[in-house]
Amino acid sequence: MLTLSILLFPILAALLVLAVGGKQAKQIAFLGALVELGLSGYAFFSFVPDATSQFAFDYPWIAAGSIRFSAGIDGVSLLLVVLTGLLTPLIILSAFRHTYERPAVFYALILFMQAALMGVFTARDAFLFYLYFEAALIPIYFLAASWGGENRIAVTFKFFVYTIFGSLFMLVALVYLYFKTSTAAGLHSSAITDLYNLTLSATEQTWIFWAFFIAFAIKMPVFPFHTWQPDTYVESPTPATMLLAGIMLKMGVYGVIRLLLPIVPEGVNLWGTTAIVLSVIGIVYGAIIAIRQRDIKRLIAYSSFSHVGLMAAGVFSQTSYGIQGALVQMLAHGINVVGMFFVADIIASRTNTRLLDQMGGITRYTPKLTVYFMILLLGSVALPLTNGFVGEFLLLAGVFEYNNILGAVAGLTIIFGAVYMLRLFQKAMFGKTTEITTGFKDVSGSESWVFIPLCIMVFWIGLVPNSFLKLTEPAVANLLQFIK
Amino acid sequence: MLSIILLSVFGIVLLYLGFLKSRAVLLPATLFFILLALGAGFLEWNKSYLYFGDMLLISNTAILFTSIVLISAFMVVALSGDFLDDEAAQPAEYYAILLFSIVGAIMMIAYENLIMLFVGVEILSVSMYVLTGSDKRNLRSNEAALKYFLMGSFATGIMLFGMALLYGAAGSFTLTDIKGYIALAQGRPSLLLYMGVLLVLIGMLFKVSAAPFHFWTPDVYEGAPTLFTAFMSTVVKTAGFAALLQLLSVAFGAIYGFWWITLAAITGLTLLIGNLTAAYQDSFKRMMAYSSISHAGYLLIGLAALGQQSKQALVFYSLAYSVATIAAFGILLVVAKQRAFDGRPDDTYTAFNGLSRQNPLLAFILAVSMLSLAGIPLTAGFWGKFMVFSAAIDKGMVWILVLAVLMSAVGIYYYFRVVIAMYFREGSSTYIQVAPFYRFVLIAATAITIILGLVPGLFQNLM
Repeated sequence: MLTLSILLFPILAALLVLAVGGKQAKQIAFLGALVELGLSGYAFFSFVPDATSQFAFDYPWIAAGSIRFSAGIDGVSLLLVVLTGLLTPLIILSAFRHTYERPAVFYALILFMQAALMGVFTARDAFLFYLYFEAALIPIYFLAASWGGENRIAVTFKFFVYTIFGSLFMLVALVYLYFKTSTAAGLHSSAITDLYNLTLSATEQTWIFWAFFIAFAIKMPVFPFHTWQPDTYVESPTPATMLLAGIMLKMGVYGVIRLLLPIVPEGVNLWGTTAIVLSVIGIVYGAIIAIRQRDIKRLIAYSSFSHVGLMAAGVFSQTSYGIQGALVQMLAHGINVVGMFFVADIIASRTNTRLLDQMGGITRYTPKLTVYFMILLLGSVALPLTNGFVGEFLLLAGVFEYNNILGAVAGLTIIFGAVYMLRLFQKAMFGKTTEITTGFKDVSGSESWVFIPLCIMVFWIGLVPNSFLKLTEPAVANLLQFIK
Repeated sequence: MLSIILLSVFGIVLLYLGFLKSRAVLLPATLFFILLALGAGFLEWNKSYLYFGDMLLISNTAILFTSIVLISAFMVVALSGDFLDDEAAQPAEYYAILLFSIVGAIMMIAYENLIMLFVGVEILSVSMYVLTGSDKRNLRSNEAALKYFLMGSFATGIMLFGMALLYGAAGSFTLTDIKGYIALAQGRPSLLLYMGVLLVLIGMLFKVSAAPFHFWTPDVYEGAPTLFTAFMSTVVKTAGFAALLQLLSVAFGAIYGFWWITLAAITGLTLLIGNLTAAYQDSFKRMMAYSSISHAGYLLIGLAALGQQSKQALVFYSLAYSVATIAAFGILLVVAKQRAFDGRPDDTYTAFNGLSRQNPLLAFILAVSMLSLAGIPLTAGFWGKFMVFSAAIDKGMVWILVLAVLMSAVGIYYYFRVVIAMYFREGSSTYIQVAPFYRFVLIAATAITIILGLVPGLFQNLM
């Protein structure tokens, strides 16, 4: 029942926000998101670390019950449920500083988005997964296209058509798999675990591998499917960017772990190297472009592209290190990137520019912002004792185990990451004060309340990674059995 | 059966009601008649009777298709309030013709004998020729009617020729006799039969506007009054596909190997032409015409991959498509009229600019319809596509499927142009007025789309 309430509550909250509307919209949305955080927090603390799916429910739904409305939380889902639960209230809180037109619709869309994301991460039926996977696109599309920047219509349209196009291939693969299954009563089944047990020929595995890969690679995005990403991140309003980078991109990685690896292990054996090479190209390519950026938002967008490449590479290495690392890194990256985009938003709205060369010397006026920014930045560059380190270390260990050379190239991410992040910090915070940065106001109370939980999480994951790793380990071990 | 009799009688009654001074009674009377016919249809649920010397078979599938036709007709009539105010219009005649045309549609759905199919097609088509030209002062409407009439009669002629050949081969017009003949011939039926199959298929494919027999569609749909376009693109299509399903599954099931390649090629062509051309349109109405061609393509997949899934897939798809299409045309009707351009209704995409601000409800309804037509999850259209794709996968028709998936992505492009216009573009600030009953019908259509999108099982249990 817990999972069911996690899935339904945000929808109720969103409807309430729409019904009440007006100025109270953001407060109600924030309260709703806090309750949802409580629910996912409860799931986190009462989760028993084993390989089973917990708090599960299961109702017949379509086609005489062979497609079921069934969801639950296992070790693989848990951290992402927590991430979604944690980030949504912070994203809503971070939006308080802006006044958006039609606020009720704006905040309701964020909550709808949260409901869809929770559905993706908890679904135990393949078609339910697909449904949520697509449904998540609609609120984010309207958020980005209604409240975004100048170029928003063309950019978000590309994003929308591109990602739907990719997931249609996944739909075909799922329907195909569905008809491959058979149960005692002569019916088919779309339970994800039943799909794991299918025996498929090498040709079938190859086709299905690519159908899944295209869908998830566009979502993450992996090179060369990333062209929608930087523009969409830049043109979207910051809360939408946070949702996209912080949570939505994890849908792709999660999909690979949940569906692609265990369903077509042989396909991964055949084509996994191609996937890792593409991911590693993305890591280096994204990082090099990030180094050259002048626009802060665009810089963080490319850094996110680079980071997700490493997660993809780790996952496709099919090692326990790689997958565990990806799970922790998804949590860590979500926290860091939301923090970074918030810093970018604060700077951009106070100076009215996003260009790095017009900034400088902000640190002189802002002791608090400097500290928060530094902590999040250290997490991003994977300094030991911060959250980024745990994930990236495990991921790199996974890639190394797979192939030394690829591992070495992927390892460049840490060096490049330090280069572009420190350059960002230096250009914005240090140096001479310019005309527009003079008298820069430090973070206010409500802004601090966004940063503080994020910074706590940076250290919590960095110092006691085991409190997270031990939860995911049994589920990952179980998954690896299907893969091997 | 009862529905056929009722509708014929009601049609005549309506003609007499036209003599009354007050036109206001016509609309509720027609709606009431359609509802009665709908209810009467379900009296025969689970009974499966043969009528008229075994020429008509009322089965559960026939009742479901009939209900879709009647629901579509109900909505179209409910949206027709404008006629009552228009001095030049003759609502009594329009409504009577609509009811007669539904009789034709039901005969196409439930026929057991090719003669019945032919009579049904003719009743429906002739009614459509008249309604297409009903906007007498509009040159385009006249042109459309003439074009439709000429090409339509030609196609009917071809179909009749095909039926004659079938009779020559099998010695009977009855579907089961033709089936029996094919079984007796043991894989070597006469050449006449094969010719007959192809010619009948061509005639029917013309009616459902499959490529390459689609050229009349855009012009006729654009020229006809919008309301009748809505009727044509839903009722005619549903009846046409029901007829094809009956023909192919009952009579020609045994020679599947002969016709499926032809049908698959036509499916591919229809999908390509419908979707790619729709993407280039500037007029919403014309886009909807090409979109109806593309949906004929998706429905054809269900036929080309004829199997256990097909029936359910076609029924569900027709319902999802009809409801969304009528809602879309209903909104086009109000918006185009209130945003007149050069004294003519504005059918282009720009007419929808900024609709979400002037009338959020209309914008939402049209957005849901577009999502459903594009096959986005949580709408009925998604499950329609899902079932059709399932049928294709069951038969292993992967190439058609890949093409259909690519074309769905193209579909998203042109359907979303409307959504973008409504939500993200600035437009004129005049509020768009909608009558309460009109609004109710549109909301009902949206509700059906969303409910079937959430719990498609509701409808599946009927099959």
